[in-house]
Amino acid sequence: MSESNKNGIGKFIGNLKDIINFLPNTVLRSKTLDSDKTKAAVMVNNFFLHLQGAKTHINTLRPAYTFGMGLISLFLFFFAFVSGVFLMIYYNPSIENAFNTVKDIKYVVFGGNTIRNIHKWAGEGMILFVMLHMARVFFTSSYKKGREFNWIVGIILMVLVFILNFSGYLLPWDQLAYWAMVIGANIAGSPVEITDILGVTKYFDFGGLQKELFLGGTVPGKATLPRVHFFHVMFLPVILIIFLGIHFWRIRKDGGLTRPEEFEPRPSDEKFLAPPQKKGGLFPTNKTYGLMELAKGRTPAVNNDIENAVLSWPNLMWAELAVFMLTFAGMFVYSLYIDAPLRELANPIIPENPAKAPWYFLGLQELVSYSAFMGGIALPTLALVALALIPYLDREEGYVGVWFSNTQGKVIAFLSFIVGTAALIGVLVFIVNFGWIRTWWPDVPQLVIIAINPGTLWVGFVAAWSLMIINKTGSTRMGAIAMFVMFLVSFVILTYVGTELRGPNWDFYWSKKDWPVH
Amino acid sequence: MSNNMYCAHRDPDKKGKEEGVSRRDFLGLAGIATAVVSSLAAVLGLVRFTKATVHYEESHKFKIGKPEEFPVGTIKKLDDKKVFIFADNEGLFAISAICTHLGCIVYPTEWGFQCPCHGSKYNEDGKVIGGPAPRPLPWLEVSMHEDGNVIVDAGKEVKKGTKFKVA
Repeated sequence: MSESNKNGIGKFIGNLKDIINFLPNTVLRSKTLDSDKTKAAVMVNNFFLHLQGAKTHINTLRPAYTFGMGLISLFLFFFAFVSGVFLMIYYNPSIENAFNTVKDIKYVVFGGNTIRNIHKWAGEGMILFVMLHMARVFFTSSYKKGREFNWIVGIILMVLVFILNFSGYLLPWDQLAYWAMVIGANIAGSPVEITDILGVTKYFDFGGLQKELFLGGTVPGKATLPRVHFFHVMFLPVILIIFLGIHFWRIRKDGGLTRPEEFEPRPSDEKFLAPPQKKGGLFPTNKTYGLMELAKGRTPAVNNDIENAVLSWPNLMWAELAVFMLTFAGMFVYSLYIDAPLRELANPIIPENPAKAPWYFLGLQELVSYSAFMGGIALPTLALVALALIPYLDREEGYVGVWFSNTQGKVIAFLSFIVGTAALIGVLVFIVNFGWIRTWWPDVPQLVIIAINPGTLWVGFVAAWSLMIINKTGSTRMGAIAMFVMFLVSFVILTYVGTELRGPNWDFYWSKKDWPVH
Repeated sequence: MSNNMYCAHRDPDKKGKEEGVSRRDFLGLAGIATAVVSSLAAVLGLVRFTKATVHYEESHKFKIGKPEEFPVGTIKKLDDKKVFIFADNEGLFAISAICTHLGCIVYPTEWGFQCPCHGSKYNEDGKVIGGPAPRPLPWLEVSMHEDGNVIVDAGKEVKKGTKFKVA
């Protein structure tokens, strides 16, 4: 210091030599990470890290509380985002070139097949882990006490993930893409069934408008691909990132993840729970430094559970690193061995038989095979609204952060699982063996098919069962558990049936081996 | 500024005056309403922007050939046009091959038409006899062009049983 004061060049040389030490300090805004103060500061002062508190509750770090599923979804989004940006270098969204450029990526470009696989499987993985994350949040009552709206944000994110996946598999302009556009457009157009019955279609053709906005015309073609591409690579990701930001920000404002009110640390936690090495600061020495000293509300600093929180750096960072590495490794290995499908070039003359969507839509495809409007629009909307309203219809306090709330919750969940599985399988066995109304009375009006089909009956049953549970137990939380379990049961069973048990003409087959050869 | 600035309440210090919205509240409300309405109008304009004015698509109306090419007993599928052409003693008629459920292409069977995608079934006249299809397969208008070719208009539905008698 004193030497460089003497001449400017010496100072300059000194600074130059010191860049390697000084630059990281300016990034982390801390010289070293050896004290509690600097460890807290690095969390507070870093753009990415400040989404998390300087201290993290031990319960948050217990793998069996969250299973890291929200974080896995986030990392998968990151991988899908990066791989997608690179796919755009070669992909061209025109019907003349789309299929060829995807083939180019798959067969010619260095690493193209793997990048494409990563993009596909990270996207589909988001569906799986977002739903598992939703189940974790639901079963631990983490949608209560100020987190009601964040639950809705989560539902919006889940819908965005589904639409992103859907718009993604439309882009290669192969047989899957083309016929998914046809079927998707007609589902969007299916409100015409209702307006036809009301006789108002020629004045207000809402279905037709939706279909036309989706296709940019009346059939999938050169107008369709650019708009689907725009939605997939620009509009939907931007919306998703905005809602992700809101989702995380609200978690932070709500004081981190939920945890049981009565939390007892384990003996093995003790070594992490040493009082902070603190000199000075606003608060007494049993509290940590950081912005939280000034924050209002339910933060560890003003709650008394400071005792059970540990420094986020490095404890949370290690946990997140572990989840990152597991996610990366799992996705990468999966993508090395399992190829994303690419069918033949789109052929508007003949659909595949069976024309199956990817697995996550096959439950819906089963519902759509009962009624296009009900299965494709009304019932999914109803299910989403019912899910979104859970925090508003169940406002019971207590048991936040506890899986299944209590013994009664476990019993209700188990009972709903058994009853739901049996009832839904019963419905499916019935329609496979005996058909449905039109099989018996071919002249029945369409309105009857729309109103009374296996899908609507099933949803009615779930609603009735949940209300009955509310009535019997006197608890809205128990009713919510009943409904949510049955929602999961329907998703899994219908997806399984659509994937494994439906064959050509959407007929029932026990195995693919029994499919007729043609 | 009072915290009921945007509410249609009277300010407490204006007691005795007539009920109503104060000038300041009115201007505030009018400002908010203008912002909301103009934003909604902009969104509507953007939605309308996405609705194409012209569709560069194939014509619904197409020639299928001379009547002699369709002798009585003909059952012919025009793959690219997605229609079936039939000829019987009463004349020519065309039935759409596009499933009314969700738009897949039906194929002929011994008893009528089968849709591969979600299992809709139609009889020989296109009437729904099974599955989720909401409407029968449409019969399409058949006519004669002045150059002697038969024309099918896939955009014009006709009543079931309408057959075109070649003069």
